[in-house]
Amino acid sequence: MMKLEEFFELFCEELDDTDLSVLSILTDFKNIDVWDSLTALSIISMIDEEFEILLTGNDMLNSTTIEDLYTLVESKML
Amino acid sequence: MRNSAFSLEGKTILVTGASSGLGASTAIECSKAGAHLIICGRDKTRLDNTYNRLNGENHLQVVSDFQNDENITELSTYLPKLDGLALCAGITKTIPVKFVKSDNIDEIFQTNTFSSMQLIQKLLKLKKINKGGSIVFISSISTSYADKGNSIYAASKGAINSFSNVLALELSAKGITSNCVEPGFVPTAMLAGGVVTDDQLSQEEIKYPLGFGEPTDIANGIIYLLSDAARWVTGSVLRIDGGVTLR
Repeated sequence: MMKLEEFFELFCEELDDTDLSVLSILTDFKNIDVWDSLTALSIISMIDEEFEILLTGNDMLNSTTIEDLYTLVESKML
Repeated sequence: MRNSAFSLEGKTILVTGASSGLGASTAIECSKAGAHLIICGRDKTRLDNTYNRLNGENHLQVVSDFQNDENITELSTYLPKLDGLALCAGITKTIPVKFVKSDNIDEIFQTNTFSSMQLIQKLLKLKKINKGGSIVFISSISTSYADKGNSIYAASKGAINSFSNVLALELSAKGITSNCVEPGFVPTAMLAGGVVTDDQLSQEEIKYPLGFGEPTDIANGIIYLLSDAARWVTGSVLRIDGGVTLR
């Protein structure tokens, strides 16, 4: 499993037109201005591509911070 | 219903994708309308489950995975002469265009599009579709009603609509019809437990003037197109969507 920082960078790559300097691993990602259903799908697809873990929409809904998502992916890889 | 133009009494009908969802429901409803069924699906256990729910006796079941062309050839050789085909085999993957891989395209088109085209080609070559027969494809409202993440599925169904039109014209001399049904959202296993959240599902249902449909709502439309009542209907698309595309 990659480090949390690398996961954070991959996450940020899916966000267009966003000031990344205000984001951290503790950001409540669903409150990011550009967050919408397509962003959610893109994050799911990115995680599928990078880790071969297929999260559900409900997994996204039940996660708050970017770190939560990282932890969830990590737990599914065990 | 029996003895009416809407009955399937005396007809031999193939239903693909019959192990679950709309295919399973279509097979069961066709058997209630009096048809002799040959059901086909990739999952033995679930296909058995459908088989056991069929009305009447002496139906046939064939386990076949349409990802493999050889299986389609084998199936076409095995099948008896048919009066109707309901092509329900279908898969989907919700993925933004930016992430689509050629593997995704191959897999979805193979099951949703190419397998049906090949099966029909082989059955025609073997003269196994009777005069006056009916071919019904399950297409989707997604052919013209866009949804994010649905590009490859939508394209695979759009190709089916076009194929059906040409098929309808080519087979008209034999009185064989070809039509598509375009379902709106019907909650089935294919769509459950995926990237869509429960919350998004409720949001989606609000868009449907008649609410979400049941698999039987689609099956009944398919039965109509398979029956003698629709003998003059060909090259058409029957949209069954609870009114979602009205606005």
